[in-house]
Amino acid sequence: MFPANPERPLAQTASDPAAIARLVEIARRMRIDIIEMLGKAGSGHPGGSLSAIDMVTALYFEVLRHDPKNPAWDNRDRFVLSKGHAVPAVYATMAEAGYIPHDELATLRELGSRLQGHPVTSFVLAPGVEACTGSLGQGLSVAQGMALASKLAGNPFRVYAMMGDGEMQEGQVWEALMSAPKFGLDNLVGILDYNKGQIDGPTDEVMSLEPLMDKLKAFNWHVLRVNGHDIGAFLGAIAEAHATKGKPTFIVADTVKGKGVSFMEHKISWHGSAPNAEQVKQAVAELNAAR
Amino acid sequence: MDGFTMSTKKATRQAFGEALAKLGETRTDVVVLDADLSVSTKSELFAKKFPDRFFEMGIQEANMLGTAAGLALAGKVPFCCSFACFVTGRYDQIRVSVAYSGANVKIVGTHAGVAIGDDGYSQQGLEDVALMRAIPTMAVVQPADDLETAAAVEYLASHVGPAFLRLTRQNVERVHPEGYRFQFGKVDTLREGTDAVIFASGGPVAPALHAAEALAEDGFSVRVVNVHTIKPLDVEGVVAAAKASGGKVITVEDHTVIGGLGGAIAECLGEHFPSKLKRIGVQDVFGESGAPDAVVAKHGLDEAGITRQVREFLKGA
Repeated sequence: MFPANPERPLAQTASDPAAIARLVEIARRMRIDIIEMLGKAGSGHPGGSLSAIDMVTALYFEVLRHDPKNPAWDNRDRFVLSKGHAVPAVYATMAEAGYIPHDELATLRELGSRLQGHPVTSFVLAPGVEACTGSLGQGLSVAQGMALASKLAGNPFRVYAMMGDGEMQEGQVWEALMSAPKFGLDNLVGILDYNKGQIDGPTDEVMSLEPLMDKLKAFNWHVLRVNGHDIGAFLGAIAEAHATKGKPTFIVADTVKGKGVSFMEHKISWHGSAPNAEQVKQAVAELNAAR
Repeated sequence: MDGFTMSTKKATRQAFGEALAKLGETRTDVVVLDADLSVSTKSELFAKKFPDRFFEMGIQEANMLGTAAGLALAGKVPFCCSFACFVTGRYDQIRVSVAYSGANVKIVGTHAGVAIGDDGYSQQGLEDVALMRAIPTMAVVQPADDLETAAAVEYLASHVGPAFLRLTRQNVERVHPEGYRFQFGKVDTLREGTDAVIFASGGPVAPALHAAEALAEDGFSVRVVNVHTIKPLDVEGVVAAAKASGGKVITVEDHTVIGGLGGAIAECLGEHFPSKLKRIGVQDVFGESGAPDAVVAKHGLDEAGITRQVREFLKGA
C-alpha cells in the first residue's frame, strides 16, 4: 500500500530530509533501470523518461494512494501519463512498487511483452497505465473524465496527468484546459514535464508555449511553477494543489531532458534514441557514482 | 414481414433520447456527454431529468471523447453524443483513448446520411460506419425504427466494450411489431423472398420494404433483411439469406458504399458465398444541400429509387 504513511501531511514529508533522500535514491536506481531497459530494447525515449522520473517517483511513493496487491481498487488515485513515450519511467516504478517482476523490464518492446512501447491498459492496472496514451494530447481529457467520475462518487480519489511540453501544442489539451475549471475539478492536477525539447528541436523554436504561465492562469487554473528535479519542492506543490478548492491545479515543472546522465542532459538527440552498450555502461557507471 | 403497417413515424434520435432518459432511472452508472448539440441529438431529454449526470462539453468533440473514456475507465457508462460526422471525425481519440484503452464508451452519432438534406455535406455522416468498423473491438449498431432504437439503447448500456450507435435526423416508419426483441449481432429477416435479398440498415429499411412490395407486383420475390448490427456482422445469417435468395444480393444504406454496410456484406459474401452484388448508397461522392426527400431521391435511396435499381439489377442478373 502506498504511500506507506497515508496519514502524514504531504507538506511535512516535503520538508523531511530523510524522506526526500529516500525518494532521491529510488529515482537514482530507477534511472539505471531506464537506461538498461532502453539499451536492451534498442529503441525508446530516454530524454523524457529521465526528465520525468523524479516526479514519477514522488507521485508513486509519496502522493498516490495505490496498492500493488489490489491494483483494481476502485478508490485508488489515478495517474495518467499523457506523454506516453516516457513510459519506461512508469515501468521502472511499477517494478519498484511490486506491480511487475523486476526481470520483466528487460522485455520492453519485445514481441509478446506486456511492456509495450507506449502505455496500454490491458495487462495490469497501475498508475501510469490507467489509459492508453502515446498519441499526444489526449491524456488530460481522460484524466478529466476520471476526475468527474470521482466527483460523482463523492470524491474518493484524485487524478494526476503528466503532460509533455511538445504535446501542449495539441489543440485538445487546450480544450481540456478550458473545461476542467468549468467543472470545478479540484481533484485534478496537471503536471508539465517542461524539458524544453521535442523531436524536431527546442520547443521554443518548434512551436513556443510561452507565455505559458499567463496562458494557464487565463484558463482559470491554479498555476504553480517548480523545479521538477527538486522532489521536496514538487511535493510541496502537490500539497498546495490538494489544499486548493474549487479549481484544478497545474504544476509547470522545469526539467532537464536526459537528467542524470551527463552526455544526455539538454541534448534533444536523446529524445527518441536508445543508448548503445558502451553508452549504457558509461551512464550506469555515472549513476552508480552518484550514490 | 407481412402485416407491416407503417402507422408510427419517429426519428431514431428522438427514440434514443426517450430511451436514454428512461434508462437513467434504473442505470445510475449511465452518464451522458454532448458537444453543444443536445437539442439536436435529443440527449437533452436525459439532461433535463438527470442534470448531475449530464456533461455539456461545448464544441469540443475531441475533449468530449477523451473525457468519456476517463469516465468509462473509472466505472461509468458514458453515452457520448454529437452528429455522426463530427464525433467520428475525432478518429484518433476514438482509436486510442476509447477503443485501445478498452473504455466502455457508447458513441452516438445522429444526423446520419444525406437524408438530413438542407445543411449539406459538412453535417452529413457519410463515412462514419466505415471509420468505426475499422477499429478493433468497436461494435456498430444502426437501428431502423423507434422500437429497435429503444431496445438497442437498453442493450448497449449492458454491452461491455466500445460501440457506435448511428441514428437518423428524419422520421422513419416503424418496421417492427410491438414487443420487438433486439438481438445484438443477428440479422433480422423482415420479409421472406427467393429471387433476391436486400440487406438494409437504418433509415432506408422501411423504403426497402416498400420497394420489395412494389417488386412483388412485378413478380419478383424479394427478401428484406435488416442489418442493425453492422459489426460484428452475422456472417451465418448473411450467408443463409444470400443462399435462400439465389445468390442475388442488394445492399441499401444512407452512407458511402465504401466500407459501410455494402462493404461489410461484400467482404462477407466474397469470402463465404460469392454472390451477384449491387450496392445502393452514396456512390463515392460528397453529399449536398436540398430538401431531404429530393436529396434522398437523387441518391436512389427512396422507395422509387430502390425499386428501380433492384428491378434493373434483377433484369440484368
